[in-house]
Amino acid sequence: MEKFTTLDGLVMPLDRPNVDTDAIIPKQYLKSVKRSGFGPNAFDDWRYLDPGEPGEDHSKRRPNPDFVMNQPRYHGAQILLGRENFGCGSSREHAVWALEDAGFRVVIAPSFADIFFNNCFKNGVLPIVLDAGVMDRLFAEVEASVGYRLMVDLEAQTIATPDGEVIHFEVDEFRKYCLLNGLDDIGLTLQHADEIHAYEQRRRAEAPWLFNAITL
Amino acid sequence: MSGKTLYDKLWDAHLVREDDNGTGLIYIDRHLVHEVTSPQAFEGLRLTGRNPWRTDAVLAVPDHNVPTTQRDQGVAGITDPVARLQVETLDSNCESFGITEFHMNDLRQGIVHVIGPEQGATLPGMTVVCGDSHTSTHGAFGAMAFGIGTSEVEHVLATQCLIQKKSKNMQVRVEGELGEGVTAKDVVLAIIGEIGTAGGTGYAIEFAGSGIESLSIEGRMTVCNMAIEAGARCGMVAVDQKTIDYVTGRPFAPKGEMLERAIENWRDLHSDNDSVFDRVVTLKAADIQPQVTWGTSPEMVVPVNAAVPDPAQETDSVKQTGMQKALEYMALQPGMPVTDITIDKVFIGSCTNSRIEDLRQAAAVAKGRKVADNVALAMVVPGSGLVKQQAEEEGLDRIFIEAGFEWREPGCSMCLAMNADRLEPGERCASTSNRNFEGRQGAGGRTHLVSPAMAAAAAVAGHFIDARELV
Ligand code: SF4
Repeated sequence: MEKFTTLDGLVMPLDRPNVDTDAIIPKQYLKSVKRSGFGPNAFDDWRYLDPGEPGEDHSKRRPNPDFVMNQPRYHGAQILLGRENFGCGSSREHAVWALEDAGFRVVIAPSFADIFFNNCFKNGVLPIVLDAGVMDRLFAEVEASVGYRLMVDLEAQTIATPDGEVIHFEVDEFRKYCLLNGLDDIGLTLQHADEIHAYEQRRRAEAPWLFNAITL
Repeated sequence: MSGKTLYDKLWDAHLVREDDNGTGLIYIDRHLVHEVTSPQAFEGLRLTGRNPWRTDAVLAVPDHNVPTTQRDQGVAGITDPVARLQVETLDSNCESFGITEFHMNDLRQGIVHVIGPEQGATLPGMTVVCGDSHTSTHGAFGAMAFGIGTSEVEHVLATQCLIQKKSKNMQVRVEGELGEGVTAKDVVLAIIGEIGTAGGTGYAIEFAGSGIESLSIEGRMTVCNMAIEAGARCGMVAVDQKTIDYVTGRPFAPKGEMLERAIENWRDLHSDNDSVFDRVVTLKAADIQPQVTWGTSPEMVVPVNAAVPDPAQETDSVKQTGMQKALEYMALQPGMPVTDITIDKVFIGSCTNSRIEDLRQAAAVAKGRKVADNVALAMVVPGSGLVKQQAEEEGLDRIFIEAGFEWREPGCSMCLAMNADRLEPGERCASTSNRNFEGRQGAGGRTHLVSPAMAAAAAVAGHFIDARELV
């Protein structure tokens, strides 16, 4: 998993509540055998005027000019502003894979659906919960100024706005530690590699038949 | 201090480390892999530049998506492009990571939960995982076996371990002698009917008692297979002489002196006499009749000679609505005899009931009879190429074909309808699989779960009938 320490990123507002994971990545793309490559299909139904299928060249499709992601001023955005209950619906991890592949490393919303929230941390994406009032202000500011950026500092748990305001946010200590160090569950387990090796050595002596190799 | 349950013993033997909050890091001895839940896990390894911890612990096989007819052109001949891509991806991942795979047209190919035990890749005392919930099947060998998600598949590939919380201990006892013609499938359906689909939630279930001991290893696999349908992540049965006899001589099983040592160790794989379970449920074997599910959850089950239950008699209002919905979906009337339910298709197969013993039981019923005219399709899908070969040596294929059944190539097939084998909307199926959820065997399809003998009996009668009347 990629580390997350600080991010100075362009902000894109997605001004609607209850954005569900089906909207983030529609079900036809779940047939994919990949974990990457979902980026062009993030928000597929909103983003394109014509329907899409996995495997086709999405750059040839007709973009919906009204959708925020297609407006040039938001190209290259890495921070997504959302509304209440962001990421609700099915548990598909593909939703986070799609956002990450589309370039987003931070999602800021007043509330998140639980599974989506957890899936973010597993994939190096930082979900931040802020008061609805603060969110309203951020939405107004980003819409008012082209090229609006935020500076997110995970260590300090702060978001700095262009005019110098500093907003504090909460994050679970353990999650923070994992993100700062780029540790996913696998990374964490591998910190105990010595213990795993020691276990294997002991078991191999005790019960060698469990280590019969599966080879043809 | 009280003794240990079988589950306690397996847990303790595999605990690499434990956190202060009781979360364990569990060592995984055997990892089975199939084409549907593994691609993103391999992709994850690639993206992070990680290598598998121990490739020699992994056995892979394509099963969910493979066609059950016309395999002569190999993978390239799979007509569904999505299925073909998933099978090709498994092939290339196994090749590039150095993982042993039984390819689609290998004689040893089959449903992952059939081939593990068949090859001796599943051994008593192991931890066995697979990206598939029916991994509980392998618990029949006194193993701790459970299904995992795609992220966990990657975790096991990368670390040979899993982060787990220990479950509570539950024992389901089946006491006494099973009636003639009552099978393992009837036993497990009756258990689920008794404890419900959430009855085992949070527990590891050990199946025990003389009724379970009397079952063959194949029958025990059928019972453990459906532990997940009772809400438990894993089900298991203690090791006895039958287990040892079954394992001995299998390709990946230990041999010679190593086998002797292993057997000595395996003899301890049972719950201690003074062990304590958090919950014990006991069923009388003699009360169990051949079962038929009538609804859209495995707990909606009755004996074949009973009637479809009436929601009006149910006092719990949530259950009552559930029953009404199920009856509506299944297009059944409360109070109608189960034997009046006519069927359109029959599926004998799946990791629950596709082993040689299952096919023998079905063939014993089908022998010398014909599939009824109102049955559009009756298919037999052996669990593996080796099961198929064995059945053909015994002439079972002839019996089925002469009776009008289709004899297919091994795979999951109509258990989940990912390949071309499926129900059309409104069609009713007698199926030996494990899930009767809405749409499981095809959108709008209606599934009744039964034993292989009962499925064969329904095929020849055209409606449900007590298979014991036909043998
Ligand atoms: S046979 Fe059915 S339940 Fe068993 S592994 Fe295949 S799809 Fe899953």
